[in-house]
Amino acid sequence: MSDALWYFARGSGVISLVLLTVVVALGIGSRSGKPAFGLPRFAVSLLHRNAALLSVVFVAGHVISLLFDPYAQLRLFDVVLPFVGNYRPVWQGFGTLAFDLLVAIVVTSLLRHRLGARTWRVVHWLAYLCWPVALMHGLGTGSDNGTWWLWTISIACAVAVVAAIGWRLSTGFSRFPARAERQVAPRLRKELEEVR
Amino acid sequence: MKLHVDWTACDGRGVCTELLEEMLVEDDWGFPVARDGQRSPAVPPPLEGAAKQAVDRCPMLALKLIAR
Amino acid sequence: MTSVAEAAVGRVERRLLDGELGLDAHLARHGRLPLLDGSQIIGMARDSGLTGRGGAGFPVWRKLSAVAEAGDGSAVVVANGAEGEPASGKDRALLAYQPNLVLDGLQLVAAATKARAAHLYAPKAALAPLRALLEARRVAGLDRMSVTLQAAPDAFVSGEESAVVSALNGRGAVPADKRIRVIQAGVGGSPTLVQNVETLAHLALIARYGAGWFLSAGTADEPGTFLATISGAVRRPGVVEAGYGVPLGELIAAVGGATMRLQAVLIGGYHGGWVPADPALPVSRQALEPYGASPGAGVLVALPAGACGLGETARIAGYLADQVAGQCGPCINGLPRMAATLADLAARRPRAGLAAEAERLARLVSGRGACHHPDGTARLVLSAMRMFQADVAAHLNGRCLATEGYR
Ligand SMILES: Cc1cc2nc3c(=O)[nH]c(=O)nc-3n(C[C@H](O)[C@H](O)[C@H](O)COP(=O)(O)O)c2cc1C
Ligand code: SF4
Ligand code: SF4
Repeated sequence: MSDALWYFARGSGVISLVLLTVVVALGIGSRSGKPAFGLPRFAVSLLHRNAALLSVVFVAGHVISLLFDPYAQLRLFDVVLPFVGNYRPVWQGFGTLAFDLLVAIVVTSLLRHRLGARTWRVVHWLAYLCWPVALMHGLGTGSDNGTWWLWTISIACAVAVVAAIGWRLSTGFSRFPARAERQVAPRLRKELEEVR
Repeated sequence: MKLHVDWTACDGRGVCTELLEEMLVEDDWGFPVARDGQRSPAVPPPLEGAAKQAVDRCPMLALKLIAR
Repeated sequence: MTSVAEAAVGRVERRLLDGELGLDAHLARHGRLPLLDGSQIIGMARDSGLTGRGGAGFPVWRKLSAVAEAGDGSAVVVANGAEGEPASGKDRALLAYQPNLVLDGLQLVAAATKARAAHLYAPKAALAPLRALLEARRVAGLDRMSVTLQAAPDAFVSGEESAVVSALNGRGAVPADKRIRVIQAGVGGSPTLVQNVETLAHLALIARYGAGWFLSAGTADEPGTFLATISGAVRRPGVVEAGYGVPLGELIAAVGGATMRLQAVLIGGYHGGWVPADPALPVSRQALEPYGASPGAGVLVALPAGACGLGETARIAGYLADQVAGQCGPCINGLPRMAATLADLAARRPRAGLAAEAERLARLVSGRGACHHPDGTARLVLSAMRMFQADVAAHLNGRCLATEGYR
């Protein structure tokens, strides 16, 4: 029984990483305004959201299975509080941190129409922290660390995200490179002064 | 029902122009233009679902459906 | 065209800008404000047909009653003297010569809307002298509501209604999306009335002399007088007052007449439209509508026959493009492109479809911004393309009718 839990935890962890990679790449792609990965723009956006929700399911499975795993000795507060665990606290702490960030990003996204675009966007930038932390957690914690297949998957994920970021920063990213940047004119920003 | 664009938020990401092709086109810079030339174009009933989806999917939360 | 007999009831006359300077002179001439309750003030505004003098010409009583209703004791009133339009000087003149009328008007709208706060928003230079006046009025027991003076930044859009509210909210004079109007939620989230300073001054006179008196000037549809700022090829550029419907020629004569033969007049300011320099043309909404123009905030620029209308329009369009607030994609991209297209046309750098491109861009940006800045700029460009049609044709052939003396 506990063996099954352990395998499930490892498997769901790896799948989560792959899904998060897809989510990040699609998220970056959806900023382009170009049809990314051969998909229409709204499909990129929908897929980004759905893959994110699916990754939450797998991450939840990953965490829950570890809560019941006698070997990992994960306690309830380890799920929330990073770096205090019993089993490889630093590497496990990365997992907790990534989990917290993921929850924050997903919850604010689901509530974004209520929270407003600015709050949502600030929290959403944390994705650029969440994903590398999750990657490190996978490489460091797993009993599979050092196995060739985990390294292969991790490297493939890293390549995908780095490529997406590279594309994002390249000049060919926007469909309308000549577009003027929207930015409030400084002359209007002057501090209001009460005349006394 | 009408579609309202908050121009202070819209970044011309083109999600709405794709979902509401019958209503919107892109201008020279990728920002949506109503085909009927209206400030807040009316949403024909068959497009209401797509309009709601556009409101939900707009990455900048720039779209709103308004009664007026 | 409207015949002179039908319209032109308006004539040059002084109501607002008349009288000596100073609070004593003001009180000696006009007396204190009569005590009026909210519904009396709103009723008076309605009966007089007073409309906003900041450009849009919206009936004052409608805004007053909307804010009174939505405010329920929490409303905020703002006198708008920002006057970002470079060719306008009437609000500054009013604040310099008859500020008491503006402050009286501000008290009236504060009472009518049961406001909790009142602000006067204008360029710093216009406000500094008012500090002592406010104190004198307080001592004389004239102001029930204390007024704060807020300095407006020097920019074209700083006087736009939602920019005024945003400035008062400490977020810079930046226009906002209009889905929620400032009359619903403005300064501090409270229903807010923003009214041009001239509008308020008219209200102060109506409260004393009655709606009937106000109606005795102007036309039946557009009653009252307005302040006009007249510049360009005229002898004494400046501010004059006249009833709506005043013939264009009379207004020009009131500033000493034209210095040269005129070919056209820009009416309504940089967001306005070009009309022929026909002395009989009545300056009223109704008479100017066929030209796509309106009196707006009373700004007139006289263009002499020897100047190129396209060049002048290109210069203004360039200024307006430079003054975009920078928030809205179609505005920040479209206005500079439109201005550049017009500049090419003005400088006789013809290319295929140049004229059509200017008109296309003007239509493209119209209605696609948080404020009316793109709409106003497009209106100017479209009116120039119509008014200076012959010049457009000449420029496309590398000639200029105006500067080469064909007129
Ligand atoms: C770009 C732009 C600039 C404006 N600038 C001014 C201004 O400087 N002063 C002003 O009174 N109204 C200005 N307005 C009009 C205001 O938005 C508003 O309609 C007016 O202050 C309301 O007062 P009123 O009804 O008494 O005219 C501007 C509008 C726009 C679109
Ligand atoms: S989806 Fe939103 S941001 Fe994109 S073009 Fe439409 S309104 Fe603008
Ligand atoms: S329409 Fe233009 S001027 Fe008005 S708020 Fe938008 S960017 Fe600024």
